[in-house]
Amino acid sequence: MILQQLINGLALGMVYALIAVGYSLVFGILRLVNFSHGSVYAFGAHIAMVFVGMQFGIIPALILSIIFTGVLGIAIDKIALAPLRAKKSKAIAALITTIGVSYIIQNLLMIVFGSQTKFFPKLFDYGNVHIGGVSISTTQLFIFGVSLALLLLLTFIIRKTKIGLAMRAVEQNPKAANLMGIDVDFVITFTFFLGGASAAIAGTLISGYYQVVYPTMGFLAGLKAFSAAVLGGIGILHGSIVGGLIVGVSESYAAAFLGGGYRDAVAFVILIIVLLVKPTGLFGKKGVVKV
Amino acid sequence: MEKISLQFDRIKEKMNFIKPNKKRDFLLLATLILALPYIINSQYLLRIVIMIGVYSILALSLGLVTGYAGQVSLGHAAFYAIGAYFSAVLSVNFGISFFITAPIAAIAAAICGLLLGLPTLRLSGTYLAITTLGFCEVVRMVLLNWEKVTNGPLGINRIPRPSLLGFDLTLANNGMYYLMVFFLVFTTVVMLAIVRSKIGRAMMAIREDELAATMMGIKTTTYKVIAFVVSAFFSGLAGAFYAHMIRFIDPNTFTFDTSIMILSIVILGGMGTIKGMFLGAAILVSFPEVLRFLQEYRFVVYGMVLVLMMRFRPQGILGGQKKTAYKLPKGVIVDINSNNSSIEVREAMNTVEEVI
Repeated sequence: MILQQLINGLALGMVYALIAVGYSLVFGILRLVNFSHGSVYAFGAHIAMVFVGMQFGIIPALILSIIFTGVLGIAIDKIALAPLRAKKSKAIAALITTIGVSYIIQNLLMIVFGSQTKFFPKLFDYGNVHIGGVSISTTQLFIFGVSLALLLLLTFIIRKTKIGLAMRAVEQNPKAANLMGIDVDFVITFTFFLGGASAAIAGTLISGYYQVVYPTMGFLAGLKAFSAAVLGGIGILHGSIVGGLIVGVSESYAAAFLGGGYRDAVAFVILIIVLLVKPTGLFGKKGVVKV
Repeated sequence: MEKISLQFDRIKEKMNFIKPNKKRDFLLLATLILALPYIINSQYLLRIVIMIGVYSILALSLGLVTGYAGQVSLGHAAFYAIGAYFSAVLSVNFGISFFITAPIAAIAAAICGLLLGLPTLRLSGTYLAITTLGFCEVVRMVLLNWEKVTNGPLGINRIPRPSLLGFDLTLANNGMYYLMVFFLVFTTVVMLAIVRSKIGRAMMAIREDELAATMMGIKTTTYKVIAFVVSAFFSGLAGAFYAHMIRFIDPNTFTFDTSIMILSIVILGGMGTIKGMFLGAAILVSFPEVLRFLQEYRFVVYGMVLVLMMRFRPQGILGGQKKTAYKLPKGVIVDINSNNSSIEVREAMNTVEEVI
């Protein structure tokens, strides 16, 4: 039972990690918590559902969803956030804008697709694998594998490629990076694309796991992923992964031992504890404000 | 859009030529407010007016946190809910009068605000936004699952009407309206008192530049928590009033949508203004009734309000730069003319209420 819940939690946690990475990436570069990320995730799930419904098959649907959602991420930046940066608005303006964007996306999804819960086919369901007393479904294995591969890919992009180097430079100091010939705007656009793409994949995976899609699905998932990002230290990639796994596992234990009604509250409790004990998160460094 | 915004400022300037006579204006306004139920004479309209009043109280309370202290809270629906449920449960189960349960409910909301504010307000603003968002969801979860007390998704109905000396206040005898006016005036007076005091100035300093405020010796966390607790108190009060007016509450009334609506009112009316809250509430509460064809899109409109206002007029409809010079406290003499950078000083003094 305990081991079984651990497996369930790990699969779930990997997906949370994938969403949390989206928060971390944008936060690292813009010092902004992108509230619209949860709705972007729901958008990705809906796009995947549309293409699966059109008999595209799951892999092409996933790829199309990545492209559409990535473009949505870029659009959010270009239409809503870039003008604010150009005007040098205060941080609170950008924060409120992302809240508004999130709300618009969520409600447009509701108007277009209806607010009811819709069916999503199960991903890669080839029965269960039994190891000892634990049964692991192939869907869980698939989710775990895909998320892990993607997180490794993201780490590779950021650590080893040229654009990754540029991203790290912008993260440290946008002005200096600009002087070194880095196209800061392009880096920000690319970051939003990465965030959108990872949210689309996470959305598709979670929909395939629970077999449901609904417009407000991004709300709680976004909240949990944010808790995960804060737990690991927001802005730090491997922190998000560890945070995601902890949130996922504790959620599945809570569902098993406290009952389903309060399972969604666990992430919030974790968030409050982290803020009380160590606001910088597990791997975060203390930020120094220079004047 | 930016031109419209400029036009707006110009109109406002022209309006200033109409000499304000404070005493006369105040009397006119007071008469109008007191006579309103007899002027409109329609229960449907009166109900909308009362809802505008309730949302004005909510917006005033959020306005203190967001408009004056510069912290974004997305969980005011939670305090609204706590106030409503506390008052409803006490009066339904124990038969206590509304006039006793309402303050208790407001204090309960304030205590929740304190517990939530203490850990989160030490940190930067974003954490408050997310934690309050989560808090709102947790409160809803508790309301749904704690069926013994809250009756779960079915909600509480047959909440007794407030009665004053054995006289039931209802919508029909305008009692609810005058009760709303009383609460609204009470809230406004307290908010004005806070904003014009040392506490209010400290809050504005935090909003403008938290780091600089700290350097000036302002205990930023303390003032942010004060703002948050006062805000929670009045949201709870509004909740208690709402519960006894509608006489039926369920968890669906207090969702994220409500929080966003309150925030939209504050942004539309103008952060850091008191008047703006009334205007914002009047516009956003009445618009689904007036523009019926937009009913389906009302939540999208709230989102658009947030995005467009931030883009084109972040100070809101009534917010803006103050044209009157800042009155320095007695004993402080600044000789502007002797200063080399006189224009800058004058400008700095004129823009106390700065654009966000």
